[in-house]
Formats: sequence, C-alpha cells, structure tokens
Amino acid sequence: MEPQQVDLTAPFGGRTLPNPLTTASGCAGYGRELAKFVPLDALGSVTTKTIMPYARSGRATPRMAETPSGMLNSIGLQGAGIAHFVKHELPWLAERGARVLVSIAGERLEEFAEVAEQLNGQPGVIGLELNISCPNVADRGLVFACNPATSYDVVRAVRRVADAELPVYAKLSPDVTSITEIAAACVQAGADGLSMINTTLGMAIDPVTMRPALAGTTGGVSGPAIRPIAVRCVHQVHAEMLAGRIPRVPILAMGGLRTGLDALEFALAGASGVAVGTTLFNDPAAPLRILDELRTELAARDFTSFTDAVGYAHRPVS
Amino acid sequence: MAHPVQTEAEVVESAPAGAYRRLVLRAPEAARRVRPGHFATLAVGGGTSSMLLRRAFSIHRADVEAGTIELVVAEHGPGTRELVRSRVGDRLSLIAPLGTPFPLPEGPVSALLVAGGYGSAPLFPLAEEIKRRGGQVGFILGAATEARLFGVEAARALTQDVLVVTEDGSAGLTGLVTEPLAQAIKAIDATVVHACGPMPMLRAVTGIAEELGTRCWTAVEESMACGVGICMTCVLPVVGEDGVSRFVRSCTDGPVFDGAKVRWADLGTVPADLEGAAAMGVRG
Repeated sequence: MEPQQVDLTAPFGGRTLPNPLTTASGCAGYGRELAKFVPLDALGSVTTKTIMPYARSGRATPRMAETPSGMLNSIGLQGAGIAHFVKHELPWLAERGARVLVSIAGERLEEFAEVAEQLNGQPGVIGLELNISCPNVADRGLVFACNPATSYDVVRAVRRVADAELPVYAKLSPDVTSITEIAAACVQAGADGLSMINTTLGMAIDPVTMRPALAGTTGGVSGPAIRPIAVRCVHQVHAEMLAGRIPRVPILAMGGLRTGLDALEFALAGASGVAVGTTLFNDPAAPLRILDELRTELAARDFTSFTDAVGYAHRPVS
Repeated sequence: MAHPVQTEAEVVESAPAGAYRRLVLRAPEAARRVRPGHFATLAVGGGTSSMLLRRAFSIHRADVEAGTIELVVAEHGPGTRELVRSRVGDRLSLIAPLGTPFPLPEGPVSALLVAGGYGSAPLFPLAEEIKRRGGQVGFILGAATEARLFGVEAARALTQDVLVVTEDGSAGLTGLVTEPLAQAIKAIDATVVHACGPMPMLRAVTGIAEELGTRCWTAVEESMACGVGICMTCVLPVVGEDGVSRFVRSCTDGPVFDGAKVRWADLGTVPADLEGAAAMGVRG
C-alpha cells in the first residue's frame, strides 16, 4: 500500500470533504494569518474562532502561560461579533475556497440561535460548532456543557433555527463527571456531531510574582498534555454509540494533535474528523505535514481509506 | 504584516555579546523580506519538544547578500537557555519576518533612538535607513549594568551622538534612559523618537516625547504564544484611527505602535471604554 493511494476523503453532513482535518476553534483566528503558511482549501475545513452576537474585548493580559507539553490560555472569546464576521471575514474565506465550520457561542440560548440564524445561506459555511464548553467565561456556572439539560437546550435552540443542511456539532468539555451523559443529551437534542474536547480548566502560578500567572487566574489547558484525556473522551462516547446507548453521530476530535500518528490514534478511538489546535502556534504549517504523515501511518497499517480506521480500536478481541 | 517564511535555518555563527548571545542564521528567503522593526520566532527543540511555544526576538540585522538573519537572544528560562546553547551547524525552526516594521521617513529627519538592554537590536538597521535618507540619528542606550548593554560600538560607528546610561553606573551616566531624554531630544532637534525596551520604559519615553511635541514610535514587548496572529494572547489596548480603543495584537498590528495611541496606563486591564468591554461585564 503506497501512502498516496490512501483515500483521505471524509463525509461531513451531506458532503464529502477532501480530508478529515480542520483547525481547532480559537487556534486559527478567521484564517487570514494561517493562509500565509498553508492554503486553506487544502484543509478538509477551517474552524473559526468562536463568534458571538456582539463585539467582545476578551480578558486582560497576561492571557497565556506555557505548561509542560502545552499551554494555558484565558483569551475570553475576544471577537468583533457576527455582523463583522459575515461582512468582512466570511467572504474572504469563501473566495479562497475554504470550507468553513463556524464556531458560535452566546451567553444565553437566544444568543446562540441569533448567531446561527445569521449564518443560514452564507457562502462557504459547511456547519456550525456550538462552543458550549469554553472555560474562559466569567462564571463557570455558564458552561452549558457541564450540564446535560442546558446542553440539550442550546443544541435544540440552534437546531430549530439553523438551515437543515448545515450540520450542527456540539463541543464538549472534559471537565464533567460523565461526558457520555452530556453527549447523549446533545444527540437527543438533534446534534449532528460532537466535537471533543475543549480545553480543560487549569492554573499556573508565576514563581517571580508568586501570583496566578494569568490575569483571569484560571485558564484552559491545551496541547499534547491533554491528548490522553481527549482520546479517552472520544473512545468512551464512541463505545456508547456502538453499544446503542447513544445514537451514532460523527465525532470531531481535538486535543493535542501534533502528528499524523496522533490523528490516527483519534480515528482508531472513534473520530471521523480531527482538528489541529495549539500545534499551529508551534508550527503553522502543521496541517499539510500531518496529512502526509496520516497517509503514511494509514498505509503502514494497510488501511486503504481514513474512514476504515474510524473506531478500529473498538473491534472485539479475537 | 510581512509575508513570513517558515524554514529550518542553519546556525552559521553563535557568539557571546555581553550578557546575550548573537545568533546568525542562514535563511536567504526570509532575509530578503526583512525591514527594520520586524521580528522572528524560533521553536525550542524538535517536533517532540515539551516546550511548544516559539520564542520571539527582534531582528538585529538581515544580510541579503549572505542570506542571513541575526538575532540577539537573552536567557530568561529553559527555552531561551536551550536556544542560547545552539552551536554552529545546528538547525533551528525559524519564522521571519513577522510584525509591522518601523515607519521610515520619506526625507531627512533627526531621529533619537532609545533602547533598554538588547531592545537596541532592531535600531541599528533603522538608523542606517534614516541616514540613507539624508537624516541624522542619536542614540540613548540604557541597561541595568554594562554587561546588559547591547550595541554601543555599533551606535558609535553610526553617530557621535551616543549616550550610555546604566542603573548601577557601571558604564556611562547613572540612572534611567528617561533622565537625559528631554535634553537629548532638544540637543539633536529630534522630530521623531524610536524606542524599544521594557514596557514601563516605553511608557515613560512616550510621555516625555509627547510633552515636547515629538512623534514617538515604540516597539512593544508582550508575551506571545504564536507570533503570527492566530492565538490572540499578545494584545494591548490601542486607540484606533477612528478614535475607538481595541485590544490589538502586538504581533501583527505591532510590535511597532505610535506611542501616543497605546494606552500604557491601562495595560493588564480591560478599560471600560474598550470596544467589547461591556460584554465582559466591565461597565463605563
């Protein structure tokens, strides 16, 4: 099996993407800067930074601290709002042939729905990712994905107004007692897919000032340090789907993906798509390298297509 | 923002420079694009390094003929320690040029260049450009100690107007760069100041320049995770052309800003009149 013979195409909603790789929300801005390092149409899709109904300054600095094999961030969803995105960013992305998965959020259900509605019929948009799990909100009680009922409500509210052809993915937090319970609630509410995982809540203390390293005290941990947590979450939820306890929907995996082998690991755990996040800060050209490596890793294991590897780790022991 | 090049650059020279290390890297394509004020980032270790974030350095020099980029590296922690230990022949992952460079005057001007520590690194090619346009330059180079000064000889090779200031008095005047600043601006009749160094210094320099009606361009230092504009960690509050203040990225919108537009007193806060502050629960 030659690497170039491996079929990397991946189904997404009603369409087929050239490959299963996207960018993790918050790690690629709206694509303009990343485009200097990698052609955006070479990615399966581009996931945007989370967009809210209105402009949001985000948190004070310092917003970042390096941690072992990862980092902490507390950006606080800085952005110019949906109107600016639709007018200035989306047309630019569409012109470049990018297939755009738009990450959206709101402080209330109505705000999620308001943003979703404004994306109906917009060029380039291939799906919505609901950021119900950002740890950098003022009130941790506002993390919708920490509660099955609020997760259900958000997905329901968006699914009701979003274009039926746009798949809606719910992005889950690992910081919960049972991620399968939240996953089940999202799918019951009509989620077409699940994104796993968002950053996990962490903290660092500056040894010089002996105060919290981030202005926001706590932040989200990302990078290879959290990959085992992400693989566990994907595996757990996919297992529930195979057991018939959760209706089967595709999983988009993210969390410390750095190499093609990492992408394969997520696929084996049950992911139909993968996202590269913090690795882009280290290596903005990583997407093309990861796709090449993924092809090689699949070929080395005699997989003729990426989709054949999805969930392979769950096969019964023979 | 510059169009950056990402490359594995070979270390062709590595030499001590006072308290710092001068690294010369072969990166011909990147070198051609460098303008004074641009910066570069280096990755620490290879593809399995546990230190993920790239370290940013202003570009000291780019030699188009030799195809090299020269950086001045200071040891701050484990990442920069590893970079400082690079040897000739090593390959480092380099991205350059990054950022928005210093604006260059169209004709002759008198410019005062002010730096703290190795903040002086990008000012020498800037001085050469200003002189090439028929202008004149003066320098104030300051640091905590003599060992932490950078480029005093290079400055003297460009102009007679060089003031050296150290906090401990180990070289030149004793004190801070801001103390002789007003007098130096008047002495060379400077119409523009270019400053690079720690944020409190930039704030003070801007204040003095403004009082004298002198334009002040500052190259800021903010901690960055990516350096290329995608992580949003290196923001600072800046007043836009439209009079509205926003958190803007020091990597792509800067590092060079008009000092008068930077809200120095509000660094590390979310000012109530910042665009989007209300959404953070900050009320005016």
